[in-house]
Amino acid sequence: MDPECSRLLPALCAVLADPRQPVADDTCLEKLLDWFTTVTEAGSSLLLLQENPCLVELLFHVLKSQDLSSRILSFSLRLAGIFAAQEDCFQYLQQGELLPMLFGEAGPLGGAAWTAPAVRSGWIQGLRTLAQHPSALRLLAACGAVDTIFSLQGDSSLFVASAAGQLLVHILDLAMRGPAEGRCSPQACDWPACAQKIVCHIEDSLCSIATPQVTQALNVLTTVFGHCHGLWTQGLWVRLSPLVARLLEKDPVPASHSLVDLLLSVARSSVPSSDRGLWETLAQTLSHLSPTQAGPLALGILKLQDCPQALRTQAFGVLLQPLACVLEAAAQAPGPPGLLGGAAGDPMTVDTLLCSKSACVGLLCCALAHLGLLQPLPQRPSPWPQAPLLGAAVTVLRLCSGSAAPTSDVGGRLCAILVGCGRVQRAALDFLGALSQGAGPQESVTQVFSVLLEYLMSPESSSMVLKKAFQATLRWLLSSPKTPGCCDLDPRTQLFLRELLPVLQKRLCSPCWEVRDSGLEFLTQMTRHWGGQAGFRQALLASEVPELTKQLLQDPESYVRASAVTATGQLSSWGLLAAPASPERPGAQQKSLLVELLHVLCADSEGFPRRAVMQVFTEWLRDGHADVAEDPERFVARVLQAASRDPDWEVRAQGLELALVFLGQLLGPRGSHCPCAVALPETAPPGALAQALPEAAPPGTLAQALPEAAPPGTLAQALQVLCRVQLFEFAFRALFDCDRPVAQKSCDLLLFLRAKAALCGSPQEAGDSPNVASVEATLQRWQAGEQGQPLGYLEPGAVMAVLRSIDLEGLRDTLAESSDHVEKSPQSLLQDMLAAVGVLGENEADCY
Amino acid sequence: MKLYCLSGHPTLPCNVLKFKSTTVMLDCGLDMTSTLNFLPLPLVQSPRLSNLPGWSLKDGNAFLDKELKECSGHVFVDSVPEFCLPETELIDLSTVDVILISNYHCMMALPYITEHTGFTGTVYATEPTVQIGRLLMEELVNFIERVPKAQSASLWKNKDIQRLLPSPLKDAVEVSTWRRCYTMQEVNSALSKIQLVGYSQKIELFGAVQVTPLSSGYALGSSNWIIQSHYEKVSYVSGSSLLTTHPQPMDQASLKNSDVLILTGLTQIPTANPDSMVGEFCSNLALTVRNGGNVLVPCYPSGVIYDLLECLYQYIDSAGLSSIPFYFISPVANSSLEFSQIFAEWLCHNKQTKVYLPEPPFPHAELIQTNKLKHYPSIHGDFSNDFRQPCVVFTGHPSLRFGDVVHFMELWGKSSLNTVIFTEPDFTYLEALAPYQPLAMKCIYCPIDTRLNFIQVSKLLKEVQPLHVVCPEQYTQPPPAQSRRMDLMIDCQPPAMSYRRAEVLALPFKRRYEKIEIMPELADSLVPMEIKPGVSLATVSAVLHTKDNKHVLQPPPRPAQPTGGKKRKRASDDIPDCKVLKPLLSGSIPVDQFVQTLEKHGFSDIKVEDTAKGHIVLLQEAETLIQIEEDSTHIICDNDEMLRVRLRDLVLKFLQKF
Repeated sequence: MDPECSRLLPALCAVLADPRQPVADDTCLEKLLDWFTTVTEAGSSLLLLQENPCLVELLFHVLKSQDLSSRILSFSLRLAGIFAAQEDCFQYLQQGELLPMLFGEAGPLGGAAWTAPAVRSGWIQGLRTLAQHPSALRLLAACGAVDTIFSLQGDSSLFVASAAGQLLVHILDLAMRGPAEGRCSPQACDWPACAQKIVCHIEDSLCSIATPQVTQALNVLTTVFGHCHGLWTQGLWVRLSPLVARLLEKDPVPASHSLVDLLLSVARSSVPSSDRGLWETLAQTLSHLSPTQAGPLALGILKLQDCPQALRTQAFGVLLQPLACVLEAAAQAPGPPGLLGGAAGDPMTVDTLLCSKSACVGLLCCALAHLGLLQPLPQRPSPWPQAPLLGAAVTVLRLCSGSAAPTSDVGGRLCAILVGCGRVQRAALDFLGALSQGAGPQESVTQVFSVLLEYLMSPESSSMVLKKAFQATLRWLLSSPKTPGCCDLDPRTQLFLRELLPVLQKRLCSPCWEVRDSGLEFLTQMTRHWGGQAGFRQALLASEVPELTKQLLQDPESYVRASAVTATGQLSSWGLLAAPASPERPGAQQKSLLVELLHVLCADSEGFPRRAVMQVFTEWLRDGHADVAEDPERFVARVLQAASRDPDWEVRAQGLELALVFLGQLLGPRGSHCPCAVALPETAPPGALAQALPEAAPPGTLAQALPEAAPPGTLAQALQVLCRVQLFEFAFRALFDCDRPVAQKSCDLLLFLRAKAALCGSPQEAGDSPNVASVEATLQRWQAGEQGQPLGYLEPGAVMAVLRSIDLEGLRDTLAESSDHVEKSPQSLLQDMLAAVGVLGENEADCY
Repeated sequence: MKLYCLSGHPTLPCNVLKFKSTTVMLDCGLDMTSTLNFLPLPLVQSPRLSNLPGWSLKDGNAFLDKELKECSGHVFVDSVPEFCLPETELIDLSTVDVILISNYHCMMALPYITEHTGFTGTVYATEPTVQIGRLLMEELVNFIERVPKAQSASLWKNKDIQRLLPSPLKDAVEVSTWRRCYTMQEVNSALSKIQLVGYSQKIELFGAVQVTPLSSGYALGSSNWIIQSHYEKVSYVSGSSLLTTHPQPMDQASLKNSDVLILTGLTQIPTANPDSMVGEFCSNLALTVRNGGNVLVPCYPSGVIYDLLECLYQYIDSAGLSSIPFYFISPVANSSLEFSQIFAEWLCHNKQTKVYLPEPPFPHAELIQTNKLKHYPSIHGDFSNDFRQPCVVFTGHPSLRFGDVVHFMELWGKSSLNTVIFTEPDFTYLEALAPYQPLAMKCIYCPIDTRLNFIQVSKLLKEVQPLHVVCPEQYTQPPPAQSRRMDLMIDCQPPAMSYRRAEVLALPFKRRYEKIEIMPELADSLVPMEIKPGVSLATVSAVLHTKDNKHVLQPPPRPAQPTGGKKRKRASDDIPDCKVLKPLLSGSIPVDQFVQTLEKHGFSDIKVEDTAKGHIVLLQEAETLIQIEEDSTHIICDNDEMLRVRLRDLVLKFLQKF
């Protein structure tokens, strides 16, 4: 331990032991415990106590004092637990009988303080920490702690009750790890007394008629099989499984959620390898539980890696049952075998579906969500009934929209329950989207597209439902098969697009901003994937969508403006925005999108649109967008100038990202080896490219001329360019940015630049020129927070000199530390706690 | 209690309730869908409409070609439009005592009833209902009168000829009763018979029943009515809404404990949510205008238009439509916009509070101030000078058969850039558009009907729990187009009774009690006797006096003093023969004690038998039976009157007398 901390510790212990000086802040105590944990992990606890007797004194004092606060008492119990985790220290504390006093009947357990949940929780946590060695087990037995833990399982505080359950598992594990380790003994007589006691308690609880007790036992067992991996767990299961199976005989099955958790936990453990009866129990459980309760179990079973096929089939049947009932109820006529191979829908599932709206919605949503989760898994059932599932999803959606016309009575009642139900609509659309990963018969796919279009068109679709419908549509569109031998969209998709675009057009005019926003997101995604497809381009250009998208740059809602920026950026990248002037409004001059976006960057009052502009610009620069390629230098200069003034740190950080892309284009990408050697053989005349790129040459060619890397001779040229676009001014400013991510990014950028320069041979430096001195002086002022003064024009040589003179590595390390690293030191913590109660003469506390 | 159903239109009801000697007409809606069979009345000469070919029979007979014209496969009557009146033959309408109006849409047939049936009663309605109803009638009369049509077609109505016509003319019902529109004079006369009422005001009808209007939340001043006597309550629910729009919210609590609830005026488009439709309306409007097209909104001059203007007020700036002019054209546009601002007490709470700020309750005032909304009485005059395109025009009539809307349909129908958006649910939009086909302009149907839907009705009925529900037959089955939608019908227990046009329903409900007052001096003379704690009885001898449906018990006239033999005889003629009243008995006979008493009085050999209704005490020796039941005691003995009297007196000992 730090000597300074050792010096402060007695005073702190005195403060803690003094009921007149309450510790105001709970987090201080937590931090203190963390610190002691670190200290004891690094060294001997015994030594620590011997060197700092005040700690043991504190513990003794706590026992004697009557009016200590519950939080100090709780803290002391946990602290004692930390120390006693090491066996030698445990013995040391035992010499003074401290531990039985703290954790036994004589301690807080029997006193008034026990009514505080914090004390009960501290008691459990203390025991949990100290129970690491056999001596601890003896202590537990001596002070009858296990019985107390049993009673705490039903504590009024949920935290205490849950911790008590976990402590039982820990004790059981510890007890079994000792003598029984390595042996699988189902014989109870072989087990240590402590373990036997716990197991008997679990047995009693499982046989109880009170559901809470059964739940507690099941939860403890779930944790056992989830966390303990000894062979003894197999023995435990053999012993307890008949009791668990007996629960299934009750109607209704008690604590069904916990039972499902337990069975899945056992199934995932090593038990199945030894006990094939488990599969039997699982199968029984599946058939006993109600459809709603059985769903999670079925999903769990299907996710298991190794499980008998018959059980998998049964579990899959449970998941499919609700949808099978829906399909059957909505069928116009007896058709091909549905989801369950022609078997009739389970009457119990039908009853659940029809008994109330909430039960019906709950069951269907769960079934759809479970199947959706299963769909992408490699262990999903095979054959996967893609076509009937598509049919079921479409039917559910039609029942919800009221467009289904079921002839059966059940169908009619389902329709009345589901019509207009947004929750089921959302779940079904998500599921339908997930199903896009598999193919389906032509007829089903046509139905899918038609129901999606129906939802996109319907005025009754809420904004959330529409968003999901857009997402599902996108997934289906992108997964539609390409026509063999043709790179363009297939005719069916093109037909769908022609119907879709007018709908999108209308949605972009919706009075509800969420709808406009999701419409724009959909357009962006579609363009990103299909911007190059002739069919898509044709359909889009023939519609009003690009024009409307541009108009939404003026939307009153900032999220919509941001999405419009992204969408127009994407459209423009693919050349889909420069629509010819409409015949109705000839002569209407199209303002360049670049200018409009720059205006958004400079003038928009909200951060989201400005961030979106920066992302679009970065993408444009990276992809060589035509408007940017015309004059990239001017472009970068204007964008950086705007970004440097931005109040939003994400915009400034994105500015650095753009600068990095620009640097990459000038000097070669980050992480590459010295690009000069690869790009240009050393024999090449150093000035060759410089001649090819005279300053008067159109800078638009620069990006193309320097696609990967700059030859050594061009580094100076590149630096010239960087100086002209004032990239350094931007980067240096960002280096001292008050927002750490910006400064870090800038630091990385400058380090990259310096490394490049070092590799390629830096241009002539102007180490001690007045220019450098003035730059350094300005930077110092910036660092001090006075960022008013500009840097002015920088020479490349001066830049390199400055770069070398700044301790960039040191800065990077400082920035890598969290902003409160100084305040987080234990010494600071102790000082703070003492200062808070006025023990320290002068207040040296950190203010944060 | 009977209900005479004079209209088959569920949202334009006209029913007559006979209840406790009063005859109450509930609403008098006018079914205007008949006008869809007529050609539109163009404000400006329309070569297209005037050159439509005449229609001839299959055999080439063209005798109807002056009356019937053909347009895009449909046949229309070329005449002044006519309306389908409520049934006038089912009941003598001159016997109607009062007419209760629930909202301004449900009073459009009033002049036909009050001016042509011998009606002499009173009409009750709230002030906004009367004022806005007057505007609607004024607009209707104006629309029709300003385009005089020389021709009046009647040949086609001949039943033999009608059979030969194509649908829908062939299937039109009651064509012989269709009438031309009333005049302004008739309107004024009808409205003069209206007495204004306020919400929750109690109006006595001949002492027999009390009627009370309640806020129904559907339109300015719209009401539901309670018709009740002391022991019976009938609720009449007409167009009502639970949505938060401009009117005062619906008063549901007062509908509780009704014996009969007559339910009419539900939403006509149960599958369309008004909020979604407003969204659809705004999107389509913006889309059209942004593309340089015009938007036409056929509408009534009051009602949903206020809410639409409010939505647009919030939407136009965000949609970048600030520079687009909005025109509201109606002969009553100005009055409608101004009336809406002065009925503060009839508005929802939110709007009421604005009045105290003071601010106009509706934001259309600001739209007018900033020149974004302009209103004109017609397309003639100032409008033609100000008219600028692209624009949005709100104008009537929603049937597209008369009014300024006809002109805009002719003007804009040819361009696909323009859009007509139907927001009023009263007319099928495809039928409304039929005489304008072929049409290039886009048509959007977003019916906004804020009246109750079936889910809301189901909740309402659960809440107010009426004993019986009576409704139009249309509400007891799913709509024909969605026959599987069992959720689109009234579902209640016991099942609702349904009615159709020209049907008389005997309401399943018997009156059992009547309130009778007792005169103070008579009450003074009563001597109540407590027969068990809290229950006292007294015998009353009085004369029941009934006048103006009020019943009063008065003391009986004193018997005249006996003065002489002859007179005495006469007096006994006048005064009812008052026999000396035997005391009334109450109480029960405990059999065990009764047997003991019998034994005490020397009867022996007593046997008691239990029967289903009580006991039989058998005096074997005396060959006598005493049959004791809950409400009677019989002593059966053979000609031994002495014994009977003795036994009777013993029985009476156990009973109380008064």
